[in-house]
Amino acid sequence: MRPIHYLRCFAGIANREWLRFLNQRGRFFSALVRPLVWLAIFATGFHFVLGVSIIPPYETYIPYAVYIAPGLIAMILMFNGMLSSLSMVYDREMGSMRILMVSPLPRWFLLSAKLLAGVIVSVLQAYAFLAIALIWEIEPPWYGYIAVLPALILSGLMLGALGLLLSSAIRQLENFASVMNFVIFPMFFASSALYPLWHVKEASLLLYNICQANPFTHAVELIRFALYGQLNPISAVVLVAATAIFLTLAVYGYDPSKGLMARRAAE
Amino acid sequence: MSIVPALAIDGLGHRFGPRQVLKNVTFSVAPGDFTVLLGLNGAGKTTLFSLATRLYAQAEGTIRIFGMDIRERMLECLRQMGIVFQHPTLDPDLSLDQNLFYHCALHGLSHREAGRRIAAEVERVGLTEQRRDKVRQLSGGQRRRVEIARALLHQPRLLLLDEPTVGLDIASRQFMLDHARRLCREEGLAALWATHLIDEVGEGAKVVVLHKGEVRADGAAAELLGLTRAPSMRVAFETLVEEREAA
Repeated sequence: MRPIHYLRCFAGIANREWLRFLNQRGRFFSALVRPLVWLAIFATGFHFVLGVSIIPPYETYIPYAVYIAPGLIAMILMFNGMLSSLSMVYDREMGSMRILMVSPLPRWFLLSAKLLAGVIVSVLQAYAFLAIALIWEIEPPWYGYIAVLPALILSGLMLGALGLLLSSAIRQLENFASVMNFVIFPMFFASSALYPLWHVKEASLLLYNICQANPFTHAVELIRFALYGQLNPISAVVLVAATAIFLTLAVYGYDPSKGLMARRAAE
Repeated sequence: MSIVPALAIDGLGHRFGPRQVLKNVTFSVAPGDFTVLLGLNGAGKTTLFSLATRLYAQAEGTIRIFGMDIRERMLECLRQMGIVFQHPTLDPDLSLDQNLFYHCALHGLSHREAGRRIAAEVERVGLTEQRRDKVRQLSGGQRRRVEIARALLHQPRLLLLDEPTVGLDIASRQFMLDHARRLCREEGLAALWATHLIDEVGEGAKVVVLHKGEVRADGAAAELLGLTRAPSMRVAFETLVEEREAA
């Protein structure tokens, strides 16, 4: 197999992801509505409750809606990453995963291609959200829209890799509800998405440390800084490391001789 | 000069925990052969297919595809194999064409080449008019035809079919059988056709009887009839399965 074959394979996987996305317009709608509800109701309600002092990358006092926008973008990426992993569980139950797994290309490539294809769909949704968010005067500088692209891709890869890892561990579609309760919500709330971490530190040092260790915090911060054309190097390093770890474990999980596939087969 | 078998399985064993589901399985399929892997449900047929396609890791014995050990050259082996799984593997929300283009992409084919091959294979299974239909709208028989067409798109030399006629009506079953046999006869493909339906063993077919994970007999249908002195394949199968149990 030459590089062109790999490229065609990736294009095929990305195209399928796109077609599935188009077939599920409800998914697109709810993926956008969810963060917009937060923005329209939650941010308005908390407008005067939470004081946001001047913290980098902001150079002035900002409305609460502006503060939570990066967290809501990361929320889109997280839900998409998890939905993509849900589709892997669905694929496995429906059998179409077998077709992917018997393709004559290395398994790590197939899983990475599936991951990247999901990220492309996520990034498009994140930009759609940014366009609608203009209504709430969330207006980063023009170069922020370009600078945020790599941050979106990296964050999407990390969250997608986590989803992939979870999908290798989930036995059935029904168990996905537990992912919502035990992964998505804790990750979202124990992060800097809704409140600055110095606020959290004043209340609980333990929770602050948990938030700092949470890779989702770093996804939010990387996006937040990138929207203003700045790089948050610590967050970038954490995300690269987390992506590598999650993806390696997912490839291991999908290896028939080693990971959970083998254990599942044995049951 | 001996012909390299399309599929050569030697001493294959597999365990699910303490349960041994395949024991010392040995047989081969030559190019152009239509071989029926006959066994009751739970005989180990699907496990054997999963091992041959690397969905399960293989521990005991060897599997060779055209002389290549699948543990050493798995990707090249997969390129030579066309697979129809026991359970449907088409995406019901995509059209027939979209499913087939996806498969071609997974095998690295260009869009143009894929289009050409899809048109030809779909025509052979008589579904040209349904190309834009969603798979969900197709009947069970039509879906199976799409799966056999898909298995041939990357031009494999070995076809593995795991119970491909389960749940089909008589006409669809016959179509699938005739199509697979024709591919072996006219195009020299090797086919391993797993089934529990004895009447799918036609005249001239080679039969491997698998029971409780062991090969009970391996030979031409006529040979098995002679060996068991049975008047029909059904009686021959029952004899082969019962013999060892009685012992």
